[in-house]
Amino acid sequence: MYLFNLMNTSLLLSSGVEVGVHYYWDIGGISLHGQVFIVIWFICFFLFGLSFIGTAKLEKIPGGSQNFVEFLFEYTRDIAKDQIGESLYRPWVPFISTLFLFIFSCNWAGGLIPWKIIELPEGELAAPTNDINTTIALALLVSIFYFYGGFRKKGLGYFKRYISPTPILLPINILEDFTKPLSLSFRLFGNILADELTVTVLTILVPLIVPLPIMCLGLFASAVQAVIFSTLAAAYIAEAVEEH
Amino acid sequence: MDSIISAASVIAAAVSVGLAAIGPGIGQGIASGSAVEAIARQPESETAIRGTLLLSLAFMEALTIYGLVVALSLLFANPFTS
Repeated sequence: MYLFNLMNTSLLLSSGVEVGVHYYWDIGGISLHGQVFIVIWFICFFLFGLSFIGTAKLEKIPGGSQNFVEFLFEYTRDIAKDQIGESLYRPWVPFISTLFLFIFSCNWAGGLIPWKIIELPEGELAAPTNDINTTIALALLVSIFYFYGGFRKKGLGYFKRYISPTPILLPINILEDFTKPLSLSFRLFGNILADELTVTVLTILVPLIVPLPIMCLGLFASAVQAVIFSTLAAAYIAEAVEEH
Repeated sequence: MDSIISAASVIAAAVSVGLAAIGPGIGQGIASGSAVEAIARQPESETAIRGTLLLSLAFMEALTIYGLVVALSLLFANPFTS
């Protein structure tokens, strides 16, 4: 696309706008987006490390890292509890917490860590959530889990939900199962990509100081997106498991 | 590449983001106005109102983002060019 080339090849620019440029790995005939995997592995190690350090020496009066991990746990538990309800929320805490922590650290890793230092053959390291494949995978995971929760709870009676309150709403209810993952994934993907693009374009125009407030806004927005994704996941699960 | 297609894509991208910004803009204005009103009436419930407001603002913003996704796919991953 010529607009894209215009932005990329101009001599004045220190960083070009790169969308849809990936560092491909070909493994067994499947091409993977390598840059996403590198950052995801980094985040996995970080989260594992955090949980190990936080729970290594448990004490009655928490301090330091244990305090922080407990704060995180209580926060994510409250997300699940507020949506699913006191009596049913317990089995879903791990799923909702994992979703929140993973998305949150993905978003902030893209914003806070200077990935530009590491050179890749093509593409660049950024937040994994700015790749639509990551967000679609997360959204489909939510779909699978709320179906699982519904079937587990109600068995085949789960399908009654499609013809309630009236059978006329059947098509809309079926459509909802497709729009849920679609909107979940597009919301996260679009927000993160929009943040990164705004920062990139501003950096091209004015390299110093001016992008800073936008970067802070981006950090705030990506934190809110993590909260929204996990809240919505909990709400969908609640819709599937609630009793009438 | 066909120059007509690229011109049409650029215009379509601009229009899609522009139109997608109208509705959520109005909605966010209404929501924020009502939240300010509610806080003025009951200052003690400010934290709850602020939380709900931020959540609903992010929902509305998502609608603009859908337009942005369409615009970006027209600019950077245009299906009609290759």
